[in-house]
Amino acid sequence: MSEITPSQTVGPFFAYGLTPNGRCEWDPNGSYSWKNTVESNLVTPDASGTRIHIEGTVRDGDGLPINDCMIEIWQADAQGRYAHGRDNRPLPNTQFKGFGRSATDKAGVYAFDTIKPGSVAGPGGKPQAPHIVVCIFSRGMLRQIYTRLYFDDEPANASDPILTMVPADRRGTLIAHKQPGADNQYRFDIRVQGGDETVFFDI
Amino acid sequence: MSLIYPKQSLEAYPKHLSPGYKSTIKRSPSKPLMIVPHTLSELTGPVYGHDAIQENDNDLTKQHKGEPLGERIIVHGHVLDEDKRPVPNALVELWQANACGRYVHNVDQHPAPLDPNFTGAGRTVTDAKGYYKFITVKPGAYPWGNHPNAWRPNHIHFSVFGHSFLSRLVTQMYFPGDYLFPYDPIFNSVTDEKARARMISTFDLENTVPDWALAFRFDIVLRGREATPLDNDEH
Ligand SMILES: [Fe+2]
Repeated sequence: MSEITPSQTVGPFFAYGLTPNGRCEWDPNGSYSWKNTVESNLVTPDASGTRIHIEGTVRDGDGLPINDCMIEIWQADAQGRYAHGRDNRPLPNTQFKGFGRSATDKAGVYAFDTIKPGSVAGPGGKPQAPHIVVCIFSRGMLRQIYTRLYFDDEPANASDPILTMVPADRRGTLIAHKQPGADNQYRFDIRVQGGDETVFFDI
Repeated sequence: MSLIYPKQSLEAYPKHLSPGYKSTIKRSPSKPLMIVPHTLSELTGPVYGHDAIQENDNDLTKQHKGEPLGERIIVHGHVLDEDKRPVPNALVELWQANACGRYVHNVDQHPAPLDPNFTGAGRTVTDAKGYYKFITVKPGAYPWGNHPNAWRPNHIHFSVFGHSFLSRLVTQMYFPGDYLFPYDPIFNSVTDEKARARMISTFDLENTVPDWALAFRFDIVLRGREATPLDNDEH
């Protein structure tokens, strides 16, 4: 039996510690300061690839926006490489971390500016379609929940080893939709519970 | 180092739905979570170094003009993996209420005073031995609306990064012997007594600084252990 430290909820008051300069307006009198460790803008000057904006609303089982939610994302660079020792291929984007954090605002909306990730290696050497791992924390969540974001303009989705494991009628919950008329803006709404519940992963 | 992340280890975690904590009722997935293999995307994770932190980020008593009111304490320990090996260079963030049990967050309406000399946020990075240390004040208990006369035990919120995105942990550190433990649905959402005990710091007389501050030790064990020949390759 393993002895890991159990998870507890992030609670309603994380913003001043974890996302102080983000979308949550938390400061009661405008006199406190604490800088972000992690930004919602992942783009670094040396990052090559397509700049994208991802935005969405997080909703609960009643369809109400969750205004005290924290979303973290983890992704490869445009060449499909992770800024981590386990991915030991040389990285040209030495500053690009591939990690971001956004609180939701009063309307339950989070947003990221980043680079569209490339295809990354998958199980058995099969490539995975470009995707972002998404981790959700909130008051009312005693532990984080993980999902994945795929892009609606990627033909590789059809053969992605993880996406194809998801029942076809729920696959759509993992797809970010490119917004018409806007430059590389994608919408990715998250439904924590309910009929159109996002697919979450037991990993 | 090529770690694996057995899911059995998560049995110590609370269930997503834990009705005693009312907010989980509408904020927990209702459909079964999908079991998928761990790919490179899950087996990697963010790496933060010492450049992410500045002097006094780990000393919550030195972030303002004066010293905060309250009982000065040292909170320290090691970040470890499941093999109890140190996790070096791990980013550890914390946030907490002030000594009166009040958060600076404007959603907190508890009628206890704010302290102009205390924000309540800190961060540090573990050293080569996985060691971290904070100096802060003991947070007060505070009421919340979960049920009539509900009060949270004294606690400090922790956010920790490990060897991969699967090691990511957000938890709360409690203090030994708290009389509010039996009444707190968040603490008791961890149903195994031994697992609950792993969220409680221990009083540390050895590292208590005479005439200055009490010390509490809190070791944090993250997911991830070395594969044995018996383990199936999860890739
Ligand atoms: Fe709290």
